[in-house]
Amino acid sequence: MGISKIWVFGEATDAGVTASTLELLTKAHQLADTVEVVMSGDAAAVAGVLGAHGATAVHTIGPIEGSLGGPRIASAIAGAVEAGTGPDAVICSTSYDGRDVAGRLSAKIDRPVITNVVDLVADGDRLLGSEPVFGGTTDVTTGFTDSGTAIFLVRPKSFVAEESGGGPAEVIEIAVGDLGDTGSATVKERFVEESSGPKLDEAAIVVSGGRGLGDAEKYKMIETLAKLVKGAPGASRAVVDAGWVPYSYQVGQTGKVVKPTVYLACGISGATQHLVGMKGSANIIAINKDEEAPIFGIADLGIVGDVHKVLPKLIEALEARG
Amino acid sequence: MVWLIPLQGTLLGMIVVVCVKQIPDPADPGALDPETRTLKRDVKLILDESDSYGVEMGLQLVDAAGEGEVRLVSMAPNNEVGGLRTALAMGAASAVLVSDEALAGSDALSTAKVLAAAIRRCEPDLVLTATESSDGYTGTVPVQIAELLGLPSVTFGKEIEVTDGVATVKRQTEAGFDQVECPLPAVVSVTAGVVEPRYPSFKGIMGAKNKPVDELDLAGLGIDPATVGWSGARQEITDVAVAPARDAGQVVHDEGDAHERILAFLDDLKVL
Repeated sequence: MGISKIWVFGEATDAGVTASTLELLTKAHQLADTVEVVMSGDAAAVAGVLGAHGATAVHTIGPIEGSLGGPRIASAIAGAVEAGTGPDAVICSTSYDGRDVAGRLSAKIDRPVITNVVDLVADGDRLLGSEPVFGGTTDVTTGFTDSGTAIFLVRPKSFVAEESGGGPAEVIEIAVGDLGDTGSATVKERFVEESSGPKLDEAAIVVSGGRGLGDAEKYKMIETLAKLVKGAPGASRAVVDAGWVPYSYQVGQTGKVVKPTVYLACGISGATQHLVGMKGSANIIAINKDEEAPIFGIADLGIVGDVHKVLPKLIEALEARG
Repeated sequence: MVWLIPLQGTLLGMIVVVCVKQIPDPADPGALDPETRTLKRDVKLILDESDSYGVEMGLQLVDAAGEGEVRLVSMAPNNEVGGLRTALAMGAASAVLVSDEALAGSDALSTAKVLAAAIRRCEPDLVLTATESSDGYTGTVPVQIAELLGLPSVTFGKEIEVTDGVATVKRQTEAGFDQVECPLPAVVSVTAGVVEPRYPSFKGIMGAKNKPVDELDLAGLGIDPATVGWSGARQEITDVAVAPARDAGQVVHDEGDAHERILAFLDDLKVL
């Protein structure tokens, strides 16, 4: 006997369904008899791509306009769980909204969340989640001891999205319960911060800067270099905490997981929490003054040197190539 | 578990509750206890740096309001106050600390139940948290607290302004940020690096020793021990395995030509 029904929290932007939603659907399809999506907005518009990735139905709460989705989606799922029509497991991506849904749902139905999951495994009729700890040196696999609804938060890029040939998912409306005050936050305006290059988690080359750069002004070298190689700039947690760049730049356990073709780490020593976010890169280049820096333990090309000397020359050479 | 009694506040100006976690020094990553398979907790705890931003933001909001105070809420083993004293020295007025042996093995939901119960005692207008702790990084506690208290929440806040009982929050998004309005009381989680946490002054450090720390156990909060800790977790670790290691490659010292090596490496990969 296997896992009978998994629900995946579906996220979509103007550009369509997010990559992490499709990754989760692909994996869920391999693990459960029935995979369905729960989301807000126009489900009919995305029913095709969701179906192709394994979903047979998509439950939508309808348009939410300026409201935040978290409390609403969680309420809809909790309603189904309480009515006995809910899934065995709910899987959300570790995204801004995915965490809102998982956290709200957890408190609503009094079920803990298994978080930071990078792999899902079927164990009879229950689902287990595997999580890297201690900077990715150890994998811990966890499951629930009872048969209640299991909630998982899965890190993006844990799985590869693949179509499995299914037809469009059936669109089903699902009701949101009484939210009380919990749904009263409203989005008044959305701001898009223009970035000319590729997104951090989609770029083929990521150039990341760490505390070894010395000060915020020097981070500009990272942005210049990223632009020259048509890559995306990233940062270590230390640099984000210091306020040099926003949280959205952060690569690591508490930031984004990236798996580019090339990861160029500049002035990053390789704290365990950073390594977890980038060690899946196909090729790693590291520049650091300290020969003993842990980053050299995983770099394909390690340069023991001063970023303030190496980077300007690298930038100059790339500019010379045009 | 939902409390239906509404929160109240505003009598003493703006009351901002900041949830703070006291963690082992991240410079010392620690280990799992082979017997219990939980994190060993035999080292001195410090204030999680992620929480210093919430403390600073709370202090600034109270300053802007002209009246009120920052109150801290924390859950820690063995009545540990090391990290709380740091936040009190920064300027928080008081703290509620929950310690109970039955909290061993608590996961995020248990933690949220305890913090939510402690927060209710503080009658806040606004609850601030980090987006996630530096040692557990589940990132679900802020929203779980909000749900348990029946409050709205805005996660990943970069900036907060409070006017006439409404918080206006810049919320980080994939594309940029959303400007979100949220009536108070509410829970807002703040990302790191958004404000510059103040260093405690000598006077602050001395004064912190005399600030009230209300120490409570589960009975004092009215929480059934069976709903938290090991018994509340309802999970088991089924496997602990060494992750596949990644091998080191070539390490060279820069002799002034490192940029050429990097270019050659990139050329070989044909990524330029």
